[in-house]
Amino acid sequence: MKWETVIGLEVHTQLATRSKIFSGSSTAFGAAPNTQASAVDIALPGVLPVLNKGAVECAIKFGLAIGATLNRVNVFDRKNYFYPDLPKGYQISQLAKPIVEGGALKIVVPSTDSGQSEDKVVHLTRAHLEEDAGKSLHEDFHGMTGIDLNRAGTPLLEIVSEPEMRSSAEAVAYARALHTLVTWIGICDGNMQEGSFRVDANVSVRPVGQAEFGTRREIKNLNSFKFLQQAIDYEVHWQIETLEDGGRIEQATVLFDPDTGETRMMRSKEDAHDYRYFPDPDLLPVKLDEPWIEAVRAALPELPAAMQARFQNDYGVSVYDATVLTGSRALADYFEGVARACGQGKLAANWVMGELSAALNKAELDIAQSPVSATQLGTLIARIQDGTLSGKLAKQVFEGLWEGAGEVDAIIEARGLKQMSDTGELEKIVDEVLAANPKSVEEFRAGKEKAFNALVGQVMKASRGKANPAQVNELLKARLQ
Amino acid sequence: MSDARLSALAAQLAARQVSSRELAQQYLDRIATLNPTINAFITVDADKTLAEAAAADALIAAGNAGPLTGVPIAHKDIFCTDGWLTTCGSKMLHNFIAPYDAHVIQRFKAAGMPSLGKTNMDEFAMGSSNETSHFGPVKNPWNPAYVPGGSSGGAAACVAARMAPAATGTDTGGSIRQPAALCGITGLKPTYGLVSRYGMIAFASSLDQAGPMAPSAEDCALLLNVMTGFDPKDSTSLDREKEDYTRSLDQPLTGLRVGLPKEFFAEGLNNEVAAAVETAVAELKKLGATTVEISLANSKLAIPVYYVLAPAEASSNLSRFDGVRYGYRAPDYASLDDMYCKTRAQGFGAEVKRRILIGAYVLSHGYYDAYYLQAQKIRRLIADDFNEAFKTCDVILGPTAPGTAFKLGEKSDDPVEMYLNDLYTIPANLAGLPGMSLPCGFDAKGLPIGLQLVGDYFSEAKMLNVAHQYQRVTDWHIRAPEGLK
Repeated sequence: MKWETVIGLEVHTQLATRSKIFSGSSTAFGAAPNTQASAVDIALPGVLPVLNKGAVECAIKFGLAIGATLNRVNVFDRKNYFYPDLPKGYQISQLAKPIVEGGALKIVVPSTDSGQSEDKVVHLTRAHLEEDAGKSLHEDFHGMTGIDLNRAGTPLLEIVSEPEMRSSAEAVAYARALHTLVTWIGICDGNMQEGSFRVDANVSVRPVGQAEFGTRREIKNLNSFKFLQQAIDYEVHWQIETLEDGGRIEQATVLFDPDTGETRMMRSKEDAHDYRYFPDPDLLPVKLDEPWIEAVRAALPELPAAMQARFQNDYGVSVYDATVLTGSRALADYFEGVARACGQGKLAANWVMGELSAALNKAELDIAQSPVSATQLGTLIARIQDGTLSGKLAKQVFEGLWEGAGEVDAIIEARGLKQMSDTGELEKIVDEVLAANPKSVEEFRAGKEKAFNALVGQVMKASRGKANPAQVNELLKARLQ
Repeated sequence: MSDARLSALAAQLAARQVSSRELAQQYLDRIATLNPTINAFITVDADKTLAEAAAADALIAAGNAGPLTGVPIAHKDIFCTDGWLTTCGSKMLHNFIAPYDAHVIQRFKAAGMPSLGKTNMDEFAMGSSNETSHFGPVKNPWNPAYVPGGSSGGAAACVAARMAPAATGTDTGGSIRQPAALCGITGLKPTYGLVSRYGMIAFASSLDQAGPMAPSAEDCALLLNVMTGFDPKDSTSLDREKEDYTRSLDQPLTGLRVGLPKEFFAEGLNNEVAAAVETAVAELKKLGATTVEISLANSKLAIPVYYVLAPAEASSNLSRFDGVRYGYRAPDYASLDDMYCKTRAQGFGAEVKRRILIGAYVLSHGYYDAYYLQAQKIRRLIADDFNEAFKTCDVILGPTAPGTAFKLGEKSDDPVEMYLNDLYTIPANLAGLPGMSLPCGFDAKGLPIGLQLVGDYFSEAKMLNVAHQYQRVTDWHIRAPEGLK
């Protein structure tokens, strides 16, 4: 039997506000336990939540960026359950009236077979605001559990997709596109190690052609794209195998173990809580008015999709290149800086995605930390374009820039990397090479094209790489005719 | 001390006839004498009180006194008070010392009013007799065999017994007005949102409101001036201009239209109470008021609606009492779940557990629409009835409670009978309207009778005006229990 995979993702993004969603405590990561937990965060008797407007603004930004409906009146509910790192005994979230509904995200799925990429649109169900819980620390307490409430009350936007993805590659492409977007519009720092972007994957399989969904299992808390891919692949494999062996899938929540690469059951549907949601009487319904929404819209940066289209139009780069170059706002800004400085979109794209990316990867640096500025790289490309540098020389200049040896022209000057432009000098070298290689000349005249290339190589060598290859070709041809 | 009116005390303080310390000491002495009988206070701390009084004396000496600076006041043990035990009448918080002041406490401190201590109350404000307190029942100063009402029973009893010139209370379904009626004092529950709930331990957030309790309406007006005001820490606090609630006290009642809801004078009302309220109506007519019959048809549903909504909110509000961070924790447990179960089984009393169970039930999957949602709809209808009524009258008048104080233990085995005591007070909470109770007579057993005024939103000054004019021609509010000298 042929099986089809169905995946929907729920992503918890920590919003990049300075203070918590319902208190004034700092949201900075990594402080000593319980030093960023106020009376409100630890839920002392009598305390009350006050909504942080900054968090609402983040949600508005996101809704606008995905073309969603912003609910002009949205409501906070209480989700009731007991856990030691949930101080109030309920989480303030949004159930019936979330702030964002609908919207869509364009994703580009790299195809493994053809080497081509494929465009797809994934629709979103909703995105709602809620508070994070604290952390339970099970180690270091000798059979007891320590509670750190620094994270309690950190604002989250939970972003829920429709079950429209059909492979782990699509799920990863969606998660990446979402990650790009939320960091792009500045509502999330995107740090997956610190838990700023956590993915839950709802996975089911069904026979190809069947209309209704299979029973899903939810894989919780995946904090890297690699784990997301591995977890889904394992889960799909497990579900198909179970069904083909005549078994049944039961609705459950599972955890992915990166060490074994397997998913294992955390709780079954029978253990599911009744959260007893109801509107939080301590908070008024959130009202979004048009001036507020328009002010947020006006402050939005150009979005990745718009920038991709513009890069294709303005700089003539391919769909794939445009997608890669808009992988982050920093990268896109960098590319655009280079392209503007040299006026050569395609060359700029090649250098940014080629030489620069390779160097950054090797040095494990982020684009923002690049030792070579966009202006420098642009100038370098301009020097190729105006004939000052050959591609090969340019790489040497790039190395100089990377080492911090100065500006492009200074490096060319200091290291004598200027391409030979004096025809007299070049003619001399050509004549010398021809005189020194009578055999090659003879072979060429006898019709061996390869011999010509050997002569070009000799001239380049004699010029120590500074000769203009096009000029060399021309001169050699003239001499040999 | 017989003239316990706040304005008189403030005048004596201003004239340096008495110091705040002396005044506080007099009340502390009376508390020391009477509290063993009345049990109105859970916590008294003379050193703290006297230190606050000394600070008030310094303010007076420096010429920085406000209208009530130096006048002591007792606080219901539902308000978090920095450095004081704050128990909410529960074993669950028997050891909880609050690390911060509730907004209301801050305001009284800022006004220079020393705290006489923390008053007894029904556990987590759930009760109408003060018998659910972990710290034992409060006795009615008019007859210690009778209950003082609840949940602000300690507050009402300490004012009635002149152990304090005034007290703070909170009212979710009648918890200021009903004990005020049963103890023969004046108490006012303001419009929802007028007084910040920050630091007031939540029972039912959409209904809870703090207010003043004192012998007279004038006292309540002065206290309300201190208590009210916008607080950014409470999202349901109303951002409106500050009012002087004493401004209309002396206005004549000529032309006042008093609405009499026919449903409040029907079956279930004690005859003596009915007679006393009718006499009070006649008194108001003499002062120039006219009466109009009104109908609050949906108010008969107030009790069932209240006993869905209040427990629903309470079941969630009380989840934080889990033994993890503060308060009571069971001494022995085998696991996390066991710790939760034992802590909450041992830390909460029967009435609190009953309401948590009801609340969890009405919010649970499959029952939410039938109970919680339905109750919210009826709540709207009850509020609509009031809006309609206020088109034809300025203030609504009726009994505060269906009877006078009942004996300790008389209703404690029958929760529904107990709940019916709040029949007339709950509708105002559901609608968010201000309500007050003032003394209007005594029954044959010598127990006080209270009458209730319910006003339109933000009409506290008008209600206080009506009550004050009534109190100018009557002396029910001045009478104090005889047996407690």
